Amino acid sequence: MFVARSIAADHKDLIHDVSFDFHGRRMATCSSDQSVKVWDKSESGDWHCTASWKTHSGSVWRVTWAHPEFGQVLASCSFDRTAAVWEEIVGESNDKLRGQSHWVKRTTLVDSRTSVTDVKFAPKHMGLMLATCSADGIVRVYEAPDVMNLSQWSLQHEISCKLSCSCISWNPSSSRAHPPMIAVGSDDSSPNAMAKAQIFEYNENTRKYAKAETLMTVTDPVHDIAFAPNLGRSFHILAIATKDVRIFTLKPVRKELTSSGGPTKFEIHIVAQFDNHNSQVWRVSWNITGTVLASSGDDGCVRLWKANYMDNWKCTGILKGNGSPVSGSSQQGSSNPPLGSNVPNLQNSLNGSSAGRYFFPPLDSPRAGSRWSSYAQLLPPPPPPLVEHSCDADTANLQYPHPRRRSLSRPLNPLPENEGV
Amino acid sequence: MEEMHQVAIAAKDPASGRQFSSQVSILSAMELIWNLCEILFIEVAPAGPLLLHLLDWVRLHVCEVDSLSADVLGSENPSKHESFWNLVTVLVLQGRLDEARQMLSREADASPTSAGMCRILGDLMRTMPVLSPGNTQTLTELELKWQHWHEECERHLQDGTFASSPHLESLCKIMLGDEAALLEQKKLLSNWYHFLVTRLLYSHPTVKPMDLYFYAQSSLDLFLGGESSPEPLDNILMAAFEFDIHQVIKECSIALSNWWFVAHLTDLLDHCKLLQSHNLYFGSNMREFLLLEYASGLFAHHSLWQLGVDYFDYCPELGRVSLELHIERIPLSTEQKALKVLRVCEQRQMTEQVRSICKILAMKAVRNNRLGSALSWSIRAKDAAFATLVSDRFLRDYCERGCFSDLDLIDNLGPAMMLSDRLTFLGKYREFHRLYGEKRFVDAASLLLSLMTSQIAPRSFWMTLLTDALPLLEQKQVIFSAEQTYELMRCLEDLTSGKPVCGEPDPQRLQDDDVETTKVEMLRLALARNLARSIIKEGSLEGS
Repeated sequence: MFVARSIAADHKDLIHDVSFDFHGRRMATCSSDQSVKVWDKSESGDWHCTASWKTHSGSVWRVTWAHPEFGQVLASCSFDRTAAVWEEIVGESNDKLRGQSHWVKRTTLVDSRTSVTDVKFAPKHMGLMLATCSADGIVRVYEAPDVMNLSQWSLQHEISCKLSCSCISWNPSSSRAHPPMIAVGSDDSSPNAMAKAQIFEYNENTRKYAKAETLMTVTDPVHDIAFAPNLGRSFHILAIATKDVRIFTLKPVRKELTSSGGPTKFEIHIVAQFDNHNSQVWRVSWNITGTVLASSGDDGCVRLWKANYMDNWKCTGILKGNGSPVSGSSQQGSSNPPLGSNVPNLQNSLNGSSAGRYFFPPLDSPRAGSRWSSYAQLLPPPPPPLVEHSCDADTANLQYPHPRRRSLSRPLNPLPENEGV
Repeated sequence: MEEMHQVAIAAKDPASGRQFSSQVSILSAMELIWNLCEILFIEVAPAGPLLLHLLDWVRLHVCEVDSLSADVLGSENPSKHESFWNLVTVLVLQGRLDEARQMLSREADASPTSAGMCRILGDLMRTMPVLSPGNTQTLTELELKWQHWHEECERHLQDGTFASSPHLESLCKIMLGDEAALLEQKKLLSNWYHFLVTRLLYSHPTVKPMDLYFYAQSSLDLFLGGESSPEPLDNILMAAFEFDIHQVIKECSIALSNWWFVAHLTDLLDHCKLLQSHNLYFGSNMREFLLLEYASGLFAHHSLWQLGVDYFDYCPELGRVSLELHIERIPLSTEQKALKVLRVCEQRQMTEQVRSICKILAMKAVRNNRLGSALSWSIRAKDAAFATLVSDRFLRDYCERGCFSDLDLIDNLGPAMMLSDRLTFLGKYREFHRLYGEKRFVDAASLLLSLMTSQIAPRSFWMTLLTDALPLLEQKQVIFSAEQTYELMRCLEDLTSGKPVCGEPDPQRLQDDDVETTKVEMLRLALARNLARSIIKEGSLEGS
């Protein structure tokens, strides 16, 4: 059971990215209006904008939070060929009363010659490090050696991908069993370009990042890429947003079998491929434990994917961007994503991320029922169902629950929706 | 559940009333399923007792009879009450024949014409053979007796004993297990499983578990009569009658939006080792899967996460790592909550999580300039680097303002002081001030000296320390011994000789240098004087 809430973001142009902080209590949005807004969630569950400022001189493509161990830090990247790191300054008391906070720019990373398309912080166990990728096909890794001094960042690595990059993802696993890994996706549309997703791995001996794998089967432009959090698995899971949703597993091949000192070789398997969006898939995002994947597409919907205990992936929920119910079986590949009527300045941005909506906060990641049904209790009686039936009727395996609405009249024994803990 | 029922009835607005009612429905449905699973899967009642259990089950869950009974009996003239016969019928349907007999005797008293019939029917009710617990008769004996009794009832019906009273006649038909008669009472039965149990009671009391499904299916079909299709609850119950545990769990998962019920049911079945025996080789995986789902859901709640912790503890494979991932993400809105979370981690030796959470809190404190709080969090995190950083800030504050903040904390560091050199220095330095305040000058003096000679003090702080030594040097009595004074002088020389001359001195630097030079000169003077006095003191006969 899902409930959608819309937030009037007041951005003056398309919103390109939404990012939640580590605890799910703060949110950052960035837009083509060149600004970033930071939102805080109050105790009552409402979102208030606590900061809004101009960050770049071009569209801001992505915004991301650093781990709170480093304080309140944001990074943004833009069409203006720069990426920037921002830190929140504890304001004056009257600012606090007004519920406003200030963010100051700590550094600008100007090495790129083209639009910077993604910026992501590395997992915290690697220190304060971030990676950017640009349209010129170069991934740059920066590090701030002194975490208390955010103005000093040094360029540690430049990785050449040979294709215009659109997205990157760090492998969040902190296991010492494998070295740091970055996945890079490309949306290069030139006809010669082939595989659009690559994996780079850090080599302790050469102290450089080297290409470990290319996902040969991914030949369409990649819009987003995301490693799943690792629950102690020996293999990695990678989600890719391209013309459909794809989930790959990467099993490291034992070192003895490969030439020692080279990058790890992986056995790559595709474990799921879903074209339910019937259109370009723009974003993919994992929940905390890496058990649920959310994808958003040009059909204006967010879909949730989950594997059952037999490791079969299935769709377990569909959310429509503007909160309206999803109709029956046919999914029109809509080229005109629906506009939220009560959010005048927002448009469902081209990349399909549910702009300004409840995108995918970490704590609120849709797990079965109880989280969302607690919402149903807090809010007035929920609108007609937002969740469609499961996409595949496979009776052989245990289904992830998807509540069906029935109008039941018998007093004691019916099983209407949810609303249960 | 009773309470919720009351609240639902008393609800002021229809919306919340509906909400409460639906909650009650869900909970009663869950209880219904749970009890049935207990009877079929866990008790594994054999033929004979099986029916008794099912009867209990129905009686427990179809309970309108109690309110009906209260209504009727509470009225002035029960047997004339409009629902009297309904009540008697329901009692018969539920196999509560003693109570039904009592009702009939009231009717017999009230209307003598039917007294005879009532008595006969009452006798039939009394003599119906039932398997009572502890009864030593075998099933075959019971069957035989029951067969005789059944035939006797049949005879009465054929003879038309009850012909003049349609009520009594229909009761007799019910007791003969006549399907048509039973179906006439659909409203009183209210659901197909009641119909099933009544039917079994009066036609196949020694039903075997494996035959249950057949009867259940036909009961459902007959009851619904093709008018409506089975509801999810019906499917679940049917799966249970089929002894298909897997199907039960699957249907429950689909129908209920919440993992609570299936997680607990699966867990129970797993503990009874039923999941394996029912050929679910992935049984314990499924149990853990469901428990993990349920616990994850709990973590999204601001206080129920504590329950989630316990559930994760019972998941042997992925519980710990799931807990590690979830517990870090709990927003720490208050210090109390933070302490609770930390306690959970510490109890489970999740040292990395403890470190991380404390670091986050320490960082927050530093940013808000709450140095004492930051220090205590870094100590708890055993984060030496951060403790050094915070101690530096403390010292810097002292230099600027001339006093310490958070004295309590620094005074009571105890063994935690050893975490980092800088922290130790901070603690000791504070101790020096304390000693000075208590006028224990000699102790203070030696502490001060040891701070410098033991290299704990950062070089940048030496000047401050030496300046602190000034008042001690200026005291009337000699505090520093000659030896100590030599040491101090050496430190001073170390400090001043290390100063490089670089570039063009600007006016500010010159001014600073001036201040510096003055200080150094004062120190040199004081040290020299002290040296002189101490030599004299040590050299003379009284002093030692």
